[in-house]
Amino acid sequence: MNTAAAMTPTSYLRSQTRWTPLEIAFWLAAFLPFVLFPTHLSLASQIAITALFALSLDLILGYAGIVSLGHAAFFGLGAYAAGLFSKFVWGEPLTGLLVAAFVAGLVGFATSFIVARFKHLTLIMITLGLGFLIHEIANAAHWLTGGTDGLQGVNIWPIFNYFRFDLYGYTGYSYSLAVLFLFFFLSRRLINSPFGLSLRGIRENSTRMAAIGADSRAHIRKIYTISAAIAGVAGGLLAQTTETVSLGSIDFQRSADVLVMLVLGGAGRLYGGLIGAIIFMVARDQFSGINPQFWYFPMGVLLVAVVMFLPGGILGGLAKLTASFRKKSP
Amino acid sequence: MGPIVGVLFDGFAYGMLLFLLSVGLSVTLGMMNFVNLAHCAFAMLGGYVTVTVMNNLGWPFFAALPMAFLAAAVLSVVLERTLYRRLYRAGELDQVLLTIGLTFISVAVAAYVFGTLQQPIQTPSYLRGSLNVMGVTVGIYRLFLVVMGLAVAILLVMALEYTRFGAQVRASVDNQRMARGLGINVEGIFAITFALGSGLAGLGGALAIEVVGLDPSFAFLFLVYVLIIVSVGGLGSIGGSFVAAVLIGISDVAGKYYVPQLGAFLIYLVMIALLMWRPQGLFGKR
Repeated sequence: MNTAAAMTPTSYLRSQTRWTPLEIAFWLAAFLPFVLFPTHLSLASQIAITALFALSLDLILGYAGIVSLGHAAFFGLGAYAAGLFSKFVWGEPLTGLLVAAFVAGLVGFATSFIVARFKHLTLIMITLGLGFLIHEIANAAHWLTGGTDGLQGVNIWPIFNYFRFDLYGYTGYSYSLAVLFLFFFLSRRLINSPFGLSLRGIRENSTRMAAIGADSRAHIRKIYTISAAIAGVAGGLLAQTTETVSLGSIDFQRSADVLVMLVLGGAGRLYGGLIGAIIFMVARDQFSGINPQFWYFPMGVLLVAVVMFLPGGILGGLAKLTASFRKKSP
Repeated sequence: MGPIVGVLFDGFAYGMLLFLLSVGLSVTLGMMNFVNLAHCAFAMLGGYVTVTVMNNLGWPFFAALPMAFLAAAVLSVVLERTLYRRLYRAGELDQVLLTIGLTFISVAVAAYVFGTLQQPIQTPSYLRGSLNVMGVTVGIYRLFLVVMGLAVAILLVMALEYTRFGAQVRASVDNQRMARGLGINVEGIFAITFALGSGLAGLGGALAIEVVGLDPSFAFLFLVYVLIIVSVGGLGSIGGSFVAAVLIGISDVAGKYYVPQLGAFLIYLVMIALLMWRPQGLFGKR
């Protein structure tokens, strides 16, 4: 790491954007479900969607240090926007995603002015309150959203008027994976830009960032809006691939779940949310037979264990392991 | 006139219940800045202890209440010494995650041991029924809640204002470093305060069964109310918690009575507006 000192900021960021073989292997492995688990493609599609949602939370929580307990609000907004758009306007999926991103991003932008003002407990309470508020609105607007019965009548046209959404989820998974990769790629560029660096600066010490002339609040507003829009896209994907929207897509449980996934995988690392989503969703699928209330137990133990013994999540732990391994054998 | 007074009274009684549930969290949050989302899990424990000793051991209601207090206090101090204390200097994210994890565990354990159904208890016959005071029907149990809430509030304020321990607590809340410098054992004070606060939550949980029922979702359901009260009232302020609890209790009961279609919408809106106006809470100093 002696060379790092001699680097200019630009060359440092450039070096960070290079794709490592491990990353390429990861994305190639994302195609394995087509071959290995052709009967579980709808689960794979759910995982890709959840991973995108976790990625959006990572942008604000892992990079900018904004603890949000109400991020499902944007996921749900995107889901309802995409669902309602296909029901009442037209069912073309890509425009549907744009609408989902726009609606969630707009609400994200509006609330970002509130979020950027607060810190600590007040911030947690504000995000929690906004989440519950939007959930209550979706619940109360029964005539529009279907309330607890869920939104029915979502009708999605084939992608490019050719790829039909089939029962096995071939199209669904390909579609979700493509969108996930697109937004992953964009987030990767964003994180390794000067803007991404200043976000990390805000996370580490927001007072100091202001002292060196960075407008923390403007940065937070930007990343919060972007994150909300991406969460909206994830919600839109779920609405389009499952052709229904339930209140479950907007409730506190989903906010808590995605937080657990991200922390388990490793917040502040782009792959953290992805790895966390894979482990979490596969585990939940395996234990889907048991009473959902019992499912809380392993989740709780996991959370306590990660906080106590594995700060930085699985990826953080692995990074520490490889770092100490490298030190021993130079 | 009748229904309005009745709604006000029910709201006030409900507020007293919320006050019991939240006052402990307010003081501990103010002292250590530790975001303890597991607070209502302790309240739930108090509820289940009450159910167990009453239904399985046949204890009377008033013997079960101290047990609820004790059980919650003991468990909380054990957790505080083993897990919480390691995270006092950590960021709020770690604290939130640890305590959400503990709440998850408590919900699963409660569902495993007691099932997911509502737990029934038999309150003594003299606490049931209602009185007619000047044309207003007043539930005796709610009257009992008001008495309990007021008694606890007065006791707490007296203890904080007029005892040596209370002075040490106030000093630790106001300025932890200075208190340490004066030789106050802040960690020890905090452990005792934490136990007392969780014990009060346990008591609140026991008293809540008759009003709102008890099932494993209790730990999450009331967490939101408690957090709202704490952040609106201001950290570390007993008076603030009291006022906020009464406000939330009355507006919740009145909202459900007059505009049921709004649901809890109103409360969240009021909370966000209040926090935007005064981020440190109504009575908070910081």
